Amino acid sequence: MTATPTAAAAEAAEDRMDDGTTEIARQRHTDAKRAERKLGLMLVGPAVFIMLAVAAYPIIYAFWLSLNKADLRQPDANEFIWFDNYVTVLSSPIWWTAFGVTMLITIVGATLELILGMLLAIVMHRTIVGRGLVRTSALVPYAIVTVVAAFSWRFAWTQGLGWLAPENSAPLTEFWPSIGIIILAEVWKTVPFMALLLMAGLALVPEDLLKAASMDGANAWKRFWMVTVPLIKPAILVALLFRTLDAFRVFDNIFILTSGSNQTSSVSMVAYSNLIRGLNLGIGSAMSVLIFITTGIIAFAFIKFFGAAAPGSDAEGKR
Amino acid sequence: MAEIVLDHVVKRYPDGALAVDDFNLEIADGEFIILVGPSGCGKSTTLNMVAGLEDITAGKLIIDGQVVNDKAPKDRDIAMVFQSYALYPHMTVGDNMGFPLRLAGMDKATIRKKVEQAAEMLELTQHLDRKPANLSGGQRQRVAMGRAIVRSPKAFLMDEPLSNLDAKLRVQMRTQISRIQKNLGTTTLYVTHDQTEAMTLGDRVVVMRSGVVQQVGSPAHLYAHPANLFVAGFIGSPSMNFFPGRLRPDGVVTALGEAKLPDQIRQALDGSTAEREVIVGIRPEHFEEASLVGDKPGATFDAPIDIVEAMGSDVYAYFTMKGDQARSKDLEDLAKDTGNDLHSGGVEVTARLDAAANVQRGRTARLWYDTSKIQVFDGASGKNLVTTD
Amino acid sequence: MQPETTNRKLMWWGVNAIVLLYAFVPVLWIVSLSLKDDATLNDGNYIPTSPSNDSYTAIFNNPDFLRALMNSIGICIIATLIAIAFGTMAAYAIARLDFPGKRTIVAMALLVSMFPQIALVTPLFKIETAIGLFDTWPGLIIPYIAFALPLAIYTLSAFFREIPWDLEKAAKMDGATPYQAFRRVITPLAMPGIFTTAILVFISCWNDFLFALSLTSTSNARTVPAAMSYFTGATTFEKPTGPIAAAAVVITIPIVIFVLVFQRRIVAGLTSGAVKG
Repeated sequence: MTATPTAAAAEAAEDRMDDGTTEIARQRHTDAKRAERKLGLMLVGPAVFIMLAVAAYPIIYAFWLSLNKADLRQPDANEFIWFDNYVTVLSSPIWWTAFGVTMLITIVGATLELILGMLLAIVMHRTIVGRGLVRTSALVPYAIVTVVAAFSWRFAWTQGLGWLAPENSAPLTEFWPSIGIIILAEVWKTVPFMALLLMAGLALVPEDLLKAASMDGANAWKRFWMVTVPLIKPAILVALLFRTLDAFRVFDNIFILTSGSNQTSSVSMVAYSNLIRGLNLGIGSAMSVLIFITTGIIAFAFIKFFGAAAPGSDAEGKR
Repeated sequence: MAEIVLDHVVKRYPDGALAVDDFNLEIADGEFIILVGPSGCGKSTTLNMVAGLEDITAGKLIIDGQVVNDKAPKDRDIAMVFQSYALYPHMTVGDNMGFPLRLAGMDKATIRKKVEQAAEMLELTQHLDRKPANLSGGQRQRVAMGRAIVRSPKAFLMDEPLSNLDAKLRVQMRTQISRIQKNLGTTTLYVTHDQTEAMTLGDRVVVMRSGVVQQVGSPAHLYAHPANLFVAGFIGSPSMNFFPGRLRPDGVVTALGEAKLPDQIRQALDGSTAEREVIVGIRPEHFEEASLVGDKPGATFDAPIDIVEAMGSDVYAYFTMKGDQARSKDLEDLAKDTGNDLHSGGVEVTARLDAAANVQRGRTARLWYDTSKIQVFDGASGKNLVTTD
Repeated sequence: MQPETTNRKLMWWGVNAIVLLYAFVPVLWIVSLSLKDDATLNDGNYIPTSPSNDSYTAIFNNPDFLRALMNSIGICIIATLIAIAFGTMAAYAIARLDFPGKRTIVAMALLVSMFPQIALVTPLFKIETAIGLFDTWPGLIIPYIAFALPLAIYTLSAFFREIPWDLEKAAKMDGATPYQAFRRVITPLAMPGIFTTAILVFISCWNDFLFALSLTSTSNARTVPAAMSYFTGATTFEKPTGPIAAAAVVITIPIVIFVLVFQRRIVAGLTSGAVKG
């Protein structure tokens, strides 16, 4: 029953058994792995298939369409025209106005959402009374259908109908007030979502750390900026990334609030008008592809320059 | 109940990493075996191989005379208690304990009877209808035990079952586990990193390090005759003090001065009279204040006491002797395990003295140590030169 | 100490009141509109002076609205069930199994969740017209599933990861076959997560406007949000404000009840995928 008691002997044993056992280990490993792989692929199969069928294939198809004339009003005149549609779009003031409007809504909206979301997150996290009540009611804007909320805002600002409408002007018929109301509607609806993500981040900041910081002489403001913010930076970046991409796609609110009148169209609105109203699939698809590319650039910029970790990037599993 | 044999068992991961190397052990029916070692030594892997949760790369695992290498856990008829307890949170205590029986297709009345018996033994009767979330840590631990017991399996496997309990409860549960195991007489394989549990629970203890068995033996044997520096340092609390020493024909020279070696050690050293470097190990409890000893054989020296801890039953005295620290691979591994990376200039010594010892912080005390209990190790191989194990 | 705590409580009640106002003012406004009768509809008051149920009578006698409500409910429930079934399978595989292409699949799901839906409107329109799915239930259900899947996969795999690995091992040791372990240990534990995810997926389908608008042309498959916009489109000069408001309230109430009842779970679900992931 005496075992090999020394490191030297252990190494000798290792050398002796090396080739054979590694081979057996690999063999057994391979058998188990093969079964596991098969099961894994079977389980993800349907999900992957649907996502490919609905997202991957159509985007390729959209790219193909964007290289064609594909105007449904002149179905016979279809021809392959290379990048002419892109030239048309990129030299069109309508596109660039829409692009500017979208960027404006995205940047102002996301900034306001971050600030208000952080405030709401702190309230939900810190309140000493009625915590459940606050958290529940904060979810209401998230749960409400965007179109419903958009109608509420539209009616509220409609002259002679709404409680917010000024006496002698129609804000939804002027550019700047319209943009303001669109941003208001967007922000109202999405601040709670932002706040929930940030609150989850706040919950991960150890209470002891804040106590330690205050023992070290940091006031509330400094504790927030020097302890809390650096620690929840990943949560902030993820929330901001999602919201930015979402804001860039803004459609529902504009459609209901202004229908894109007075140059308040977003890129999604312009593309929609060309596709469904104008039936010009070539131009519309070119816009779609441009929106897709812009989205990709935004996401890439976030991940690359701000180091936002894509959620699920740790998904290497248990073993 | 059964005997378990591990015959040249090897675990190697597909990347070539060796987790367990050439593990040989015959566990007798009803025996309580402890696998102990620092984290990552392969003890849990060994347990998982016996359980069937991990493949055996080479060698044979025999339970009750049958080779079970390729049997699924459910066909091995052994029960396991997990460190996290792994209680099913959606089932009541009673359902948790009855789960293995239900899977085995036993009828309801029998299941109830068995669960009630086990619950009584573990004092869980009034908790049978509660969910695990509503139990204290100690109660959960007992439910985990109960789930293993109801099946009357061939063997119990326990993976650090007490490490999530606080110190006091751990001691209490330790004795209870010991009592249950003795009553049921079920073969038990118990993994721990706590040497106290190893010393108090096991019929035999297996000390492992980086996948290799260092020594197998009864707790008393490991304590008195550690096979190498690693076992010597791992077993015993507070742990053994080590000094670099020089063996001379007439004795050994260490930071504590020169000491004459008693004859039995001298003989064990093979009469190799050549001068050589060794590492000398002295357990804290083999020190004493010189004035309390009388004329027992041993050696004395002056210790500049740094810290004194009066424990009531005895006194711990800490001091640092001038000289180099003992260096060897075994001791480095031990230090790594305890996370001790403090290196003072000199040899730090812990002495466990009688409560009546007159030692004071900051004063020099005259201490004695029992030369008949000292261990002498080879620095390079770590092997004990005295023990003829 | 006592007065100070009272003051702090009062302060927090004040803050809470602002949050409540923020959340409910636009909602109550549309409720109020839906309850106004024709005479007071245009008075601009926040609170209706003479409540009536005229608008509700109107929409519940409108076959187009009833059809749209049916469509919304049917399409969203079917899409949710299928998305949850496929999402659960995929999430379990991603959380627990090792297989090639896992990272690619996770990345793909992320990409789909960031996808500008507008980019798919034309190709889907063309494809669906070609294979006869345009203006049908499946024509909306399939894209809904595709866009719900990333959400389902992220949320569910976060839930699966929280189920301790030891429980599966314990079930094995207790004599369970892999199927028994999945059926009797994993599934019951995953149920709350699956349920939460189902609510989130349902809300996202219920909310969709763009696909409902562009992949339908008649009341055959048009859902309520799209139908509501046609309420206005048809009568540009005389906006049917009351009926729109009533329809809005009808599709909002079930969701708000969901949220009030399952607040905790929804919060857990919304945050699990994003922050821990």
